[in-house]
Amino acid sequence: MPEIKVTPLGAGQDVGRSCILVSIAGKNVMLDCGMHMGYNDDRRFPDFSYITQNGRLTDFLDCVIISHFHLDHCGALPYFSEMVGYDGPIYMTHPTKAICPILLEDYRKITVDKKGEINFFTSQMIKDCMKKVVAVHLHQTVQVDEELEIKAYYAGHVLGAAMFQIKVGCESVVYTGDYNMTPDRHLGAAWIDKCRPDLLISESTYATTIRDSKRCRERDFLKKVHETVERGGKVLIPVFALGRAQELCILLETFWERMNLKAPIYFSTGLTEKANHYYKLFITWTNQKIRKTFVQRNMFEFKHIKAFDRAFADNPGPMVVFATPGMLHAGQSLQIFKKWAGNEKNMVIMPGYCVQGTVGHKILSGQRKLEMEGRQILEVKMQVEYMSFSAHADAKGIMQLIRQAEPRNVLLVHGEAKKMEFLKQKIEQEFHVSCYMPANGETTTIFTNPSIPVDISLGLLKRETALGLLPDVRKPQLMHGTLILKDNSFRLVSPEQALKELGLTEHQLRFTCRVHIQDPRKEHETVLRVYNHLKGVLKDYSVQHLPDGSITVESILIQATAHSEDQGTKVLLVSWTYQDEELGSYLTSLLKKGLPQST
Amino acid sequence: LQQQHEDLSAKKLRLTKPSKSAALHVDLCKATSPADALQYLLQFARKPVEVESVEGVVRILLEHYYKENDASVRLKIASLLGLLSKTAGFSPDCIVDDAINTLQNEKSHQVLAQLLDTLLVIGTKLTENPSVRMRLVEVACKHLTDSSHGVRNKCLQLIGCLGPVEKGAAKEAESQAARDVQKIIGDHFNDQDPRVRTAAIKAMLQLHERGLKLQQAIYSEACKLLADDYEQVRSAAVQLIWVLSQLYPESIVPIPSSNEEIRLVDDAFGKICHMVSDGSWVVRVQAAKLLGSMQQVSSHFLEQTLDKKLMSDLRRKRTAHERAKELYSSGEFSSGRKWGDDAPKEEIDTGAVNLIESGACGAFVHGLEDEMYEVRIAAVEALCMLAQSSPSFAEKCLDFLVDMFNDEIEEVRLQSIHTMRKISNNITLREDQLDTVLAVLEDSSRDIREALHELLCCTNVSTKEGIHLALVELLKNLTKYPTDRESIWKCLKFLGSRHPTLVLPLVPELLSTHPFFDTPEPDMDDPAYIAVLVLIFNAAKSCPTMPALFSDHTFRHYAYLRDSLSHLVPPLRLPGRKLVSSPVSPSIAPHEDPSQQFLHQSLERVYNLQHLDPQGIQELLEFTIRDLQRLGELQSELAGMADFTATYLQCQLLLTKALQEKLWNVAAPLYVKQNALASAAAKQILEETYKMEFMYSGVESRQVVIIHHMRLQAKALQLIVTARTTRGAEPLFGMCEKFLQEVDSFQRCFISELPHMQGSFVDKLLDLMPRLVTSKPSEVVKILQTTLRQSTFLHLPLPEQLHRATANIIEPTGESDNPLRFTSGLVVALDVDATLEHVQDPQGTVKVQVLYPDGQAQIIHPKPADFRNPGPGRHRLITQVYLSHTAWTEPCQIEVRLLLAYNSNRSKASAKMPKSTWSESLETLPQPENGIEGTIPFSKPVKVFIMPKPARR
Repeated sequence: MPEIKVTPLGAGQDVGRSCILVSIAGKNVMLDCGMHMGYNDDRRFPDFSYITQNGRLTDFLDCVIISHFHLDHCGALPYFSEMVGYDGPIYMTHPTKAICPILLEDYRKITVDKKGEINFFTSQMIKDCMKKVVAVHLHQTVQVDEELEIKAYYAGHVLGAAMFQIKVGCESVVYTGDYNMTPDRHLGAAWIDKCRPDLLISESTYATTIRDSKRCRERDFLKKVHETVERGGKVLIPVFALGRAQELCILLETFWERMNLKAPIYFSTGLTEKANHYYKLFITWTNQKIRKTFVQRNMFEFKHIKAFDRAFADNPGPMVVFATPGMLHAGQSLQIFKKWAGNEKNMVIMPGYCVQGTVGHKILSGQRKLEMEGRQILEVKMQVEYMSFSAHADAKGIMQLIRQAEPRNVLLVHGEAKKMEFLKQKIEQEFHVSCYMPANGETTTIFTNPSIPVDISLGLLKRETALGLLPDVRKPQLMHGTLILKDNSFRLVSPEQALKELGLTEHQLRFTCRVHIQDPRKEHETVLRVYNHLKGVLKDYSVQHLPDGSITVESILIQATAHSEDQGTKVLLVSWTYQDEELGSYLTSLLKKGLPQST
Repeated sequence: LQQQHEDLSAKKLRLTKPSKSAALHVDLCKATSPADALQYLLQFARKPVEVESVEGVVRILLEHYYKENDASVRLKIASLLGLLSKTAGFSPDCIVDDAINTLQNEKSHQVLAQLLDTLLVIGTKLTENPSVRMRLVEVACKHLTDSSHGVRNKCLQLIGCLGPVEKGAAKEAESQAARDVQKIIGDHFNDQDPRVRTAAIKAMLQLHERGLKLQQAIYSEACKLLADDYEQVRSAAVQLIWVLSQLYPESIVPIPSSNEEIRLVDDAFGKICHMVSDGSWVVRVQAAKLLGSMQQVSSHFLEQTLDKKLMSDLRRKRTAHERAKELYSSGEFSSGRKWGDDAPKEEIDTGAVNLIESGACGAFVHGLEDEMYEVRIAAVEALCMLAQSSPSFAEKCLDFLVDMFNDEIEEVRLQSIHTMRKISNNITLREDQLDTVLAVLEDSSRDIREALHELLCCTNVSTKEGIHLALVELLKNLTKYPTDRESIWKCLKFLGSRHPTLVLPLVPELLSTHPFFDTPEPDMDDPAYIAVLVLIFNAAKSCPTMPALFSDHTFRHYAYLRDSLSHLVPPLRLPGRKLVSSPVSPSIAPHEDPSQQFLHQSLERVYNLQHLDPQGIQELLEFTIRDLQRLGELQSELAGMADFTATYLQCQLLLTKALQEKLWNVAAPLYVKQNALASAAAKQILEETYKMEFMYSGVESRQVVIIHHMRLQAKALQLIVTARTTRGAEPLFGMCEKFLQEVDSFQRCFISELPHMQGSFVDKLLDLMPRLVTSKPSEVVKILQTTLRQSTFLHLPLPEQLHRATANIIEPTGESDNPLRFTSGLVVALDVDATLEHVQDPQGTVKVQVLYPDGQAQIIHPKPADFRNPGPGRHRLITQVYLSHTAWTEPCQIEVRLLLAYNSNRSKASAKMPKSTWSESLETLPQPENGIEGTIPFSKPVKVFIMPKPARR
């Protein structure tokens, strides 16, 4: 039985270093290639030795697909392709291809230059890696090889985030990457057609959460920022350089304009310009409002938001600062946090999910004393707020996507085991499909029941449909023909054509049957009685009495002869070809019952 | 030989039908290839065919149809047949049989589909003929088994449009057939082609529209279609479900997978709610729109649509709305500290959480958050309709509507503000909601701000802090956008009169009075101070204790404002000011406004004094006109009425004056120069009558008669003056003719009104008509002169409501000294922003006129989209006017004004006639009167400095 095998190398019952191996109909595909924020050792990258101990990865993988540019989805890519060694195609969308190298370079800088790690990938490696990338458009079907094709759908998580459909023959898998079912200030909602895949691999970050409407969230956020600024406090918003940051920027920018606020808003430099540049470029990937108004004004050209300089952190007075990275685990955001943490007037707003082990996760879980590097103890007096702005689908959103796509199986990744359990149970209960949640390194096998397309000759189709009623998609229909399996393709042709193609002569198979009837009359009278009887019973068939004394019912021949020994017994010879087996056997059974008493 | 034969028949036809058909026939015969024939047909189709020759053409086409082998030509012929049967005045009875026959041997599916389309056209033209319709339906049923979707599609469409819908005991057989029609269409709900499925649903809806009661049995079928793969099917299915829910709201349907049963309308509501989160936005819009009209749904279901059970890590969480409400009710809000944490509360039983209910849960929450603003608008509209019918729902949806005020798309914001205004009777705003509402006052869009002012006019506020907040925000708004002045004052007027008790404790603070110290007197011209006073005075109207808190200057300011802004400041009963309070004495019935009484009294006076000496009449008229004009200025609600009557009296005055002229007694040649007054009077009366007819909304036919009558008098005057001053009878002859024609048409138009006009000019004139027609021009003039003098003054009845069309140009303000510079020969765009009141059909009538200093005038027709309609009777014109001129040496002022264009074809008198005769009467009566077009300037001109610079080389 055909099967699909899925093995998560990362993101199995976990968030971070997404990397999922899928084998489908003999093709091996790797979905995402991310790093883990929580670790600084070998665990930060997926264990590629699982794929092969020795030998090039290229031989074992048909392609790699990257869903979006977040580092937990693409951070290990240069390591994987350049250091481990992979030369096959890597697929991602255009915005992802544009933005991904910036983030990788940033990540590299922090790791190598700041932390002084060695044996890390180099800038050149990032460039080489990006050369292997093939960019795809939304809804474009890309033929990876003759059988394997992939197609991207809009995911709405960040700019350029996509869900991918991987299809071989009739078997297909949809990988959602990260997605968002509610539109926000700059992106639209994820959308997929009713593609009915065999397997849907969905993220489940918010498996147990149903969120409030985004408007309340926005208003809450603005209110918190506004109050703090009016109090003269400083607001730190740790963000990833791209994605949520732009949404929040748009939100704050419009709010500042409307309320005529004067407090400065800063955005940590470096990435900003480049990133905003790409946002301005890929307007088609944003939401309806921005797409429609960019002719008058590109929303990503901010008026109130200025570049941040390190020295500004010590300036007196209120300010709002967006700083990277988003989980307070390193870099500028952590530096600023250390500076401001002591003042209760200040506030830090965590707008997204924080991985376990990061400072962000610690303060969110209520820790007020943090142990920093060098045994320092940092006391956190500033207010800590959490605003769920991260663009993942909540439980309702996940269910909605499943409803839209109508998969036959669901597999959950990118979430915590306990929460997945709940969602899994819900999915099974409401959609009656099986749901899986493998841990890292654990292989899930799904048996599929693919339909096999068969070419049918037009002549045969017309002939067969002419016999029956209109074809109905919902009902299976019986048809006669010959199935030819040749050169890895199936064809259904009429028997005659099949014979011709195979160079065989047609043999006729006839069944004959003798039925004894007690009838003292003459042969032709018996025949006449049989004829009348049949004519009376088989109203829908053409029953004919031929001049040579035989009867035909359709193509079935009936002849009567007197029994050689007993003249009172007539022998009816019934003969039919195998095609008419049904009618023939019916006829014999009918005749065996005897003729009705003639009047 | 065949060629010859065809030529022959062509000749024969030419005898009977001379034009088209023969030419077509010849062309078709000449065609050597299908492509040629197609070309001929295409050319033929470009020109219309006369009614008489349609049948002939059809025969020729049919003849050719049978001969034609090429499917594309047959297709074109089939489509032409349909086109021809549409010809007005042609009854396609005669070609029904032929058209049906063509179907018989047709093999091409496309042609078949086209033929069915033609049959549909024929059938719709012959709706009164049931037998033909039955035949056509039968034909369609026969072709339903066709393998092509196009043919099945058309068949269903035909059945839907023509299928029998009559029912009743008398026609048992018919109703049997009707049931069949539903069944036949219903069978195609499961067709393999989505287009056919859609067509089947649409046909069903068509039957419903034509009055057939659909059976409830198809409900379950329709529900299955909601899960269809194709959006157009789902979209149509949603409509069908909605229709059924309206037909059988109270039926009981079982809930699948349980033994419970619910009302059909509730079930349908739940299902449509479900479609609000459909994958296709077209379906979402459709579903959201329909939700609004399902008012029979039970409140339990309705309230679910706003409910989305939140949870976080499997613990129940309250929505921000709930939290806000709780904080408010616990009185914690005013502390201003924090908004309470949204820490999740109790644990949720995992089994009880239902993530994807089929119920209505959260439908509106989803709809209002949708990505496409079309869906959001539809959802807001639906909310509005549902809230209007259910006060409890209105209360609940308030939070969501308030949230929509912050939508990113202006249209959505505007829509939600309007919605809120419509339901504001049912609601009271909480302070935190008011906060969000007021934040929108800073919006840079004028539309939004004004809509918000309108909303505040009819909002209920619960606390005095709320009032204070609103006032502060409105004043902020006023300083930011001074042009909003009027709108803000009006808003405060209503705010004050609605909440007198809430304003009372705020008065000392607002007027900054102090128990011991005198505070400086505020500047009376400060719009913000006026705004505060408007609020207070309106509140004081129903709060007699308030004036005690006023300081001296407040009373003075009251007197001033009461006079200058009488529409904003109500009469107050103030201590020691008997004069002001006397008009509100209870002796006068409340509905009888004293000023209205005054108006009527003065009019009575005028009408009663018919036989005063000429001097007396003149004086009385002059006084009355002055009174009326003053009244109009003081009482804005009576302004239209007063102006209208004043204008009429003015006309009468002019006429009287003109007739009193001495010139009539002197021999004609002596005072050629002196007639200036009389002819000017005639001209002015004419102008004024046009103003009266077209500038006022609410003018009824009774008034139109009087106006026309006045106009007729003016024309008579004109004629007399001309007769007096010109020599020779030649030009007079034509004029008399024309005048008599006008009298004639007047009689025709207003025949029903003539009995009311006893003793009037026209009445007398009509008596003398036989004499007039036969007499010479000089005699006519003489008769006219005497009748004009003897005729009585007609009483002008006043309609219930009369408003004068006014326009006010807000922008350009005309205050700028900086000239608008541009290069000559190029254009510069000038933004024009104006408010129009009581203009009917502004899109068609309002024009912008630009007058250049060299006398050149330019009239611009604004686009229909430039007009907005912020409220009943009010319009706003926001447009751009393109200016251009040759180079000037110095900046100079141009004038911009608004014109009201009129066309007497559109006049109320002719519009009153039935439509069918209207066009005929135009043909038969080529009156000059009917075609008069003109413009009335109805706004103050605004001057704009411009400076076209010479182009630099």
